[in-house]
Amino acid sequence: MCLGIPGQIVEIVDERFDIAKVDVSGVKRNVSISLVRPEGIAVGDWVLVHVGFAMSKIDEHEARETQKALKLMGDPYTDEMAMFNKSQIE
Amino acid sequence: MKYVDEYRDSNLASRIASEIARLSDGRQLKFMEVCGGHTHTIYKHGIEDILPPNIDLIHGPGCPVCVLPMGRVDDAIAIAHTDNVIFTTFGDMMRVPGSHGSLLDAKAEGADVRFVYSPLDALKLARQYPERQVVFFAIGFETTAPSTAVTLLRARAEKVKNFSIFCNHVTIIPAIKAILDSPDLRLDGFVGPGHVTMVIGLRPYTFIAQQHRKPIVVAGFEPLDIIQSVHMLVQQISSGRSEVENQYVRVVRPEGNVKALEAMAMTMELRPFFEWRGLGFITQSALKLRPEFAEWDAELRFEVPGLRVADPKACQCGEVLKGVIKPWECKVFGTACTPETPIGTCMVSPEGACAAYFSYGRFSMASERSRLKIAPVVQTQGM
Ligand code: SF4
Repeated sequence: MCLGIPGQIVEIVDERFDIAKVDVSGVKRNVSISLVRPEGIAVGDWVLVHVGFAMSKIDEHEARETQKALKLMGDPYTDEMAMFNKSQIE
Repeated sequence: MKYVDEYRDSNLASRIASEIARLSDGRQLKFMEVCGGHTHTIYKHGIEDILPPNIDLIHGPGCPVCVLPMGRVDDAIAIAHTDNVIFTTFGDMMRVPGSHGSLLDAKAEGADVRFVYSPLDALKLARQYPERQVVFFAIGFETTAPSTAVTLLRARAEKVKNFSIFCNHVTIIPAIKAILDSPDLRLDGFVGPGHVTMVIGLRPYTFIAQQHRKPIVVAGFEPLDIIQSVHMLVQQISSGRSEVENQYVRVVRPEGNVKALEAMAMTMELRPFFEWRGLGFITQSALKLRPEFAEWDAELRFEVPGLRVADPKACQCGEVLKGVIKPWECKVFGTACTPETPIGTCMVSPEGACAAYFSYGRFSMASERSRLKIAPVVQTQGM
């Protein structure tokens, strides 16, 4: 429930509503970057994503290692990715 | 040491475990991990078997699915059965039993229940079906509440009128207070929730260290994060300190996420009290929408029964959630109550202690230890 998955910002999609496209293990979906905007966010940055929201900026090395660890988690990660896959945030 | 390269380093894990054994010197210590994500990691990776036997990890109430009382599930189902409603929820809630079945049962009976990844997906459905009423079942601690808040702000900005929130967000601090005040349990410290703290920051925990004189270490979600946090707790105890420490520095900033807290404050306010499964009514422990957002409040828009419903007699989730008993001590554990046929909430969510133990617990001892190639912890003298 409180899982956070790391993704990389690939495009800012909507400036007004702070929507950006992130790449999570090759799956690209829109998320809200409203909560990390004050930290300053740009294409290429890595963020921790929770229920369609970037919650925190993280560095690339940590992002990749977290991704590896999450994959080892099994079901909770697969379920989260299945849901992320279905997401159609605009 | 905090780098993830070493998280899978089993040598490091057993070195820290021996260090924990040396420092704690056989003293019985009970630490509560507040967060359900931690509970999951602990069982999945057999961390209880890696730690010396005098360290007892108690599983706390930090699984939002588990603490939602039955009456609220019934309310959700009542809304879902309302004509013209599309009821949206996170997948975790689908199987949670109400007094007459779950949302999954409601769906089978014809209610339009859909699971979504994000409240923003629910908002999108509302834009897509302007003639329908789309309701989002908002659950979760402070990790998730800001996403509901931002979604509400956007619904208002875009004037989406056929969207509403059934708000069940809860806050972690009152639950920790309730546990500290509960006479059933003596704890020596807390493994603090990583992602909740990413939002609320470290300051709200000060009372634990100062008034209650217990250490708390905010931890990440990987096995080594938890082992390190236990080490930090034991270090504090052996040097007579009680402080708020942060092991999860790669994500948690001391001040939290200010923007997230602002969004929550703009849209939500504390309820005078809220019922938690197992913990009973706790004052100021949950959030509802502010009056300015009444238009988007599903509790005002729809008829909800709003009844308090007692948990099934057989269910001991309350004791499990307070850490008074371990999952397998419940009489129906693994027999009448399994993830397929859950009686209590703790068996539904993968973060619930019963489900986590059911899935991994029985295998944890032998298999995880050999998989991680972790040597048994060498006990120091004085046991
Ligand atoms: S085994 Fe089932 S009924 Fe017993 S405490 Fe766990 S979830 Fe509740």
